[in-house]
Amino acid sequence: MSDSIVSLQGVFKKFGRNTVVRDMNLEILEGEFLTLLGPSGCGKTTTLRMIAGFEETSAGTITVQGESVENKEPYQRDVNTVFQNYALFPHMTVFNNVAYGLTIRKVPKAEIASRVADMIDLVQLKGYEDRKPDELSGGQKQRVAIARALINNPKVLLLDEPLGALDLKLRKQMQVELKRLQKRLGITFVYVTHDQEEALTMSDRIAVMREGVVDQLGTPSDIYDYPRTRFVAGFIGESNLFEGTVEQIQERVMTVRTEAGSLLVQGEGFAVDERIHVSIRPEYVEFAKEPVEGFDIQGRIKDFIYMGTVVKTAVDLKSGQEIKYSRFEQDQSVQSGDIVYLSWKPSRAVAIKRGTEVEERYEEEK
Amino acid sequence: MKKKNRLPALAMAGPVSVWMILFVTIPMFFIIFISFMSRGIFGDVVYDPSMESYLTLLDSTYFNVISKSLKVAAFTTLACLGLGYPFAYYIAKRPKDQAAKYITLIMIPFWTNTLMRLNSWLLLFQTSGPVNNFLQNSGITDAPVRFVYTDELVALGMVTSMLPFAVLPMYSSIEKLNKSLLEASADLGADARTTFQKITLPLTFPGIFSAIILVFIPSLGVYTVPDMLGGGKVLYIGNIIKNQFGMIRNWPLGAALSCLLIAITGLLIFLYTRFTSIEEMEVV
Repeated sequence: MSDSIVSLQGVFKKFGRNTVVRDMNLEILEGEFLTLLGPSGCGKTTTLRMIAGFEETSAGTITVQGESVENKEPYQRDVNTVFQNYALFPHMTVFNNVAYGLTIRKVPKAEIASRVADMIDLVQLKGYEDRKPDELSGGQKQRVAIARALINNPKVLLLDEPLGALDLKLRKQMQVELKRLQKRLGITFVYVTHDQEEALTMSDRIAVMREGVVDQLGTPSDIYDYPRTRFVAGFIGESNLFEGTVEQIQERVMTVRTEAGSLLVQGEGFAVDERIHVSIRPEYVEFAKEPVEGFDIQGRIKDFIYMGTVVKTAVDLKSGQEIKYSRFEQDQSVQSGDIVYLSWKPSRAVAIKRGTEVEERYEEEK
Repeated sequence: MKKKNRLPALAMAGPVSVWMILFVTIPMFFIIFISFMSRGIFGDVVYDPSMESYLTLLDSTYFNVISKSLKVAAFTTLACLGLGYPFAYYIAKRPKDQAAKYITLIMIPFWTNTLMRLNSWLLLFQTSGPVNNFLQNSGITDAPVRFVYTDELVALGMVTSMLPFAVLPMYSSIEKLNKSLLEASADLGADARTTFQKITLPLTFPGIFSAIILVFIPSLGVYTVPDMLGGGKVLYIGNIIKNQFGMIRNWPLGAALSCLLIAITGLLIFLYTRFTSIEEMEVV
């Protein structure tokens, strides 16, 4: 196992009465690509800015390479940042932007020239050295920002929604490039985004944040397949969510009674009569014209939504809830208005404890 | 092809253009024209081409006045920049509503009449005025200090009246400065001083240069301040020009001095456009 390079222990951040980051504990491992993922206002950017040194912590410690950075100014920290809107110096050429970190450190001119050339090569901007940021496209500016941040050989690179301003196609391309760059250089990347697809594509590990708290930390497949909270299940990918009471447990398979009917889910550590959430991904939902044993979820097909790679089918349940399932092709055996019975393999559904939810936690505190 | 309709453009820019041509451009050419004419015995303008006025400017008396005026204007400008930049920086970093209050405070002097303001200064600073009374009563000086009608008081008055013109353009360019550029600089290893030198100062240069132009040019030509606080005894280009057109009635000489001012102004504006390109001004 690799060592931790950045460590947050009990970190709080308050702006006035507003707590933006709450008791954050996070070990960022050397050489990993860690993404802080969450909706806007979840504290992900604030966390990044505290690591960079632009914000002070209200409580707790942040260490980089085992050393507390509490009393270090941003310019004394071995981390570099790629800013959301690039923050390139408009009065300097691409060359001088990239060279800035070295110029400040009074590195000899010849060394600057060769290191900048290498860096510009790395981000494929050869021939653009003398341009001003104004004369670059969004993607090119992004590359300059990355080169400028990497030239100091940081231990950790912090990226604050770096691809947010790019169009979809360019963003996809840059995602792949960034990931390759990170693997090649072996630098730890801490990446902030609200785009769950981006997080799943690029990260080694994802910390899903909400209201200043890390809801779940894990690999992309962990988080996608085994969401630990209802929020994570809904935020990462699409999920059908049910709430109900455990009626019986038989060899880890629980029968859960919900408003929509009873269903099966596999899980451990639950008790009979416990209220739980159940999450099932649209791609795992099966349908039949006859009821399936253990399931009692009946619905009427509402419509089919063509999504390109998949076709989603919306089904209205008698509880009023809408459930979606997806297939690569539209099934011709059913039409809208048909009554179908929904089911799934119990192992595909995820049982989520109540009380792991942030709000529920707060309610308990009160 | 569709014919361009010029009416809207004419309606919008026309009146001002006509106004400026009638009341600025033509009089200016007239002044240039007069500066190459001669003065009649009775103080009238004789349309007899001559370089006499310009030759007079080379005379040491005028040369001294011109160089002294340039010095005072330069001092005023430097003082306004030195006092104004830190202040502009300070208010640019305040929350918006607070900054607006500071700006209002800076503007208050404009609400009072210049002559009234200067007269009150004379009362304050005169030999038996409150300032001297305070100095003597508190034992700082034994005898009254002569403030009025000195170069120093003129300079003080100039700085006071010009300061807002320095603060406003600098404030607006500092305020526009993107905060993340400063963070980026710190992030890349620059301490506060280096960041100021390499990022803040160059990017707010358009504002500084506007301040220079807005302060230096009026300071060179202003005649109310030297006339009142200098009692007319302290001579600058401004009040000499005024006297040539007034009491002394040597219009060609006054016109030649005016042309000199126009030339200095033109040079500064030329430098301004050379050093600050449009793109730079928009980016910051």
